[in-house]
Formats: sequence, structure tokens, C-alpha cells
Amino acid sequence: MIFTVLSKGLAGLSPDFLFTSMGGMTGAVDNASAESGGPVLGGAYHGIVGTLLITLWATIISVPIGLLTAVYLVEYSNGGPLSRAITFFVDVMTGIPSIVAGLFAAAFFGLVFGPGVRTGFVAAVALSVLMIPVVVRSTEEMLKIVPNELREASYALGVRKWRTILKVVVPTAISGIASGVTLAIARVIGETAPLLVTAGFVNTINMNVFAGWMTTLPTYIYRQLMSPTSPTNTDPSTQRAWAAALLLIIMVMLLNLGARLIARIFAPKTGR
Amino acid sequence: MSKRIDVKDLNVYYGDFLAVENVNINIEAKSVTAFIGPSGCGKSTFLRTLNRMHEVLPGARVEGEVLLDGENLYGPGVDPVTVRSHIGMVFQRPNPFPTMSIRDNVLAGVKLNNKRISKSDADDLVERSLTGANLWKEVRDRLDKPGSGLSGGQQQRLCIARAIAVSPEVILMDEPCSALDPISTLAIEDLIEELKSDYTVVIVTHNMQQAARVSDKTAFFNIAGTGKPGRLIEYADTPVIFSNPAQKATEDYVSGRFG
Repeated sequence: MIFTVLSKGLAGLSPDFLFTSMGGMTGAVDNASAESGGPVLGGAYHGIVGTLLITLWATIISVPIGLLTAVYLVEYSNGGPLSRAITFFVDVMTGIPSIVAGLFAAAFFGLVFGPGVRTGFVAAVALSVLMIPVVVRSTEEMLKIVPNELREASYALGVRKWRTILKVVVPTAISGIASGVTLAIARVIGETAPLLVTAGFVNTINMNVFAGWMTTLPTYIYRQLMSPTSPTNTDPSTQRAWAAALLLIIMVMLLNLGARLIARIFAPKTGR
Repeated sequence: MSKRIDVKDLNVYYGDFLAVENVNINIEAKSVTAFIGPSGCGKSTFLRTLNRMHEVLPGARVEGEVLLDGENLYGPGVDPVTVRSHIGMVFQRPNPFPTMSIRDNVLAGVKLNNKRISKSDADDLVERSLTGANLWKEVRDRLDKPGSGLSGGQQQRLCIARAIAVSPEVILMDEPCSALDPISTLAIEDLIEELKSDYTVVIVTHNMQQAARVSDKTAFFNIAGTGKPGRLIEYADTPVIFSNPAQKATEDYVSGRFG
């Protein structure tokens, strides 16, 4: 798969592709470049911006919620009915099809702000519905493996419980939590379906997640393949789609590397 | 700065289960008191009630009074967190904070409570506490290295330094040497001898020779059978417990006939 994406995508990956949008790109432009054999114009800059902004907002929403939920589950609940209910619903949320999350966010914002509201923020909410269970699960596991002795050591020094959690438990688990969050991001960055129904699709750059439609790389790929800019000459659009696919894979790979790096930086040091 | 502890009619429960029954004991200031007894007889449980660590476990509770210089630790309005800052504790397994350096581990009691401390005061406190724990000479060149890089015995002394850095009145030790080799154990025992001049030390140990070596008074706990509560059988000066105990059970235990 990597070979296919590399061989088909490398051709389209150029500085132009990275830093121009599809604004002003029409079928005529594609036809011209296909006939003259010149370079394919237009790029995925708006898609890159959209992907980064929407994922960033999804992270901003889901990390605090997920982290606090996990802290409640591990440190405060003592296995009561509420914690069992939360665990159950987190498990259910893990299995939600992504399009359902998209529909939920679209319907919710439609109810509040009137039908047909599509912005990057709505998409971020949809993605956070997918992210939260992953963050809760991974954080919960990481907090559970923090030895109880460390909590007791902290209590025995006369440190309050919330402070113990904040200063001892979470820092001890932070490397695992950080890589869990990064993996959650990697999981949602490639979502297509929920974005089509929540963020819409545009050809121009939109930096504002609270107004106007936005494009992300996956929806960009989808559009380029399913409705090419020039219906008679689909090659330029196909090339853009492959290049965007390659770009997406690179981003996910960087995220995973980042997760490892973060895990290593924050890991408790054992050296002498 | 050391204080005496008087325990009156103390019952300790885990949920509905009575773990330790009706303990009355007077622990002198500036002395070492050892708790001995077979496994599961409730000596560690009882020790944990002395600084209200027992109740961090779900369902655990206590009836009766623990008086620290006449002040009831279980009185209404007493904050367990404050109690714990007056009564330090050292655990069975050395547990330095893995995310912190040696220096930060010693300062943990100050820093985790967000108290402000100037750098020179902090340096002073680190040196004083580590010297007090007989560890200063070994680690003064690597205070910024992680505490988990030390050997087991050094880690345990680091934990003692961490406990005395908050200047408690009493230090509780829950089998502090059971995870250590004989050399490290000796170092800790020497340290306990020195700590006695400033603090009230209470130590739980499985090792009777250790109790005989370090303690001034010894309390023997026993349990009638599984499911029954543990009881304080005998409490007296250490030489008396080991050479001339009043109770038959104590004599059987210290002479190695059971346990």
C-alpha cells in the first residue's frame, strides 16, 4: 500500500501542492494542463489547514473531558454505579460508527443554530465524540498502572488527594497519556464521513473554524476522486488525490513518531 | 519536637470486619517502639491508624481515640491531611517518586503542598534531611539524578529523608527493612538509633532480632485464628518481652515455637 501511494502520490507532491488551494481551479484549467502536459495546478493547502485546525479543536475538546473522566474513574469512583455506567457508555462510544458521530454533531448544531449549520467546529465536535472514548480508555489504563505506593507515599507526607493526583499520579503516567492522546488524534485525522456532513466542502482557504465550510484532506481526496474538477480529464484530480493521500499518511506517521518522542521525553528516568 | 502517643480502646475495621480489637497502648516520646507478631495479626493495620492512613482504603474505619500529646487525632474537625504532616511514614517497599530527582524527592513534602521555599533554604533542608538519613555523603554529587537510580537501601534512606524533611513529631515505619539486604538493614537500624534522639519512632517488624536490637519497648500482637480480630497481647520493655514475658503466647512466639 505504501508503495502504491508513494509511486502515485510523489508525482503530485510539490511546494505548489502544499501551498495553493483549489480556489479558481476549474475544469478548463485542468483540461489545459492535461493537453499541454504542463504541471498540475492547484493544491491541498486548504485541506491541510482544515485538517490541522479541526483536529486541533477536536483535541482541545476531548483531552480535558477524557482526562477528567479517566481521573474520576480511577481515583474517585470506587466502582460505584456511576462509574460502571460511565465505563459502559465509553465502551459503547468506542463502537460508534463515525458517520453516526457526524450525524449527531450535525443534528445537535442544527437544533441549536438552525438547520444546515456546517463549520469546522461542528466537525471538531463530531471527531471529539470519536476521540473521547479512546482518550478515556488509554488514560484509564495508564493511571491504573501507577503504583498505589506512590499515592500512599504522597498522602503520608500530608499532601491532599487532588494535589497528589495532579502532582504525583498524572506526572508519573504522563508519557503514556501523551502517547495515548497522540494515537487518538491519529485515529480521527483520517475520518471522512463525519466531516462531509459537518464541515461541508470548499475549494478555498478557510481559517475560521466557527464560520463557513471547511475542507480536510480526507474529504479533499474523496471529492477529487468522486467529482473530478474536470469531468473529461480526470487525471489531474486523481493525481491530487494520491498526493493528498500520501500527505495524510506522512502526517499520521509524524504523529506516531511524535507520540514515541513524547513518551521518551516524559518517561520516568531510571539512569544513575 | 517529638510527641507521645496514647491509644485508648481502639477498634479498627475494614468495612464490617473487625481487624484489630481493643488496643490500649502508651508510646513514649523519643523512644523506639517495635510491634512484632505473626503475619495478619493487624500490626501494620494498627500502625496505619496512628497517622490516619488506614482510612484511605475504601470502607476502612476506626473507633476509639489516638492521643498525640493529649490531642485526639480522631476528634471532630481534625483534618487527616494535617495529621499526616505531623506523623511521617516509611513503607515496606522503598517508594521514591520516579518522576523526581533525589533533591526533589527530599523536597516533595514541601513542593507538593506548594509551599514557597527559597533556594538556599531548600538546599539547607535537603542537606539536613539527607544527613539525618545518613545518605548525604553518598548522593551529594548527584542530587539532580533520579531517585529511582539508587540502590534499594539508599532508596529507603531517601524515603526516610523525605519523611523527616517535613519535620514530623513521630515517624512510623512499616517493615522498613524487609525488602533490603543485611548491609542496608544495618544502615537503617543505625539510623533508627540516631532518629530516636529527635523523634518518636514506631516500627513494625517481622524480624525479632531487629526488634531486640533497635527498640526500647516492644508490643506483641497476636491473632486467635483466621477471621478473628488481632489483639495486643503484651507490651513491655524490650528486654522483658524477650527474656521474661508475662504471657505464654509471647514466650512461645519470641522463642520461635510458632509464627
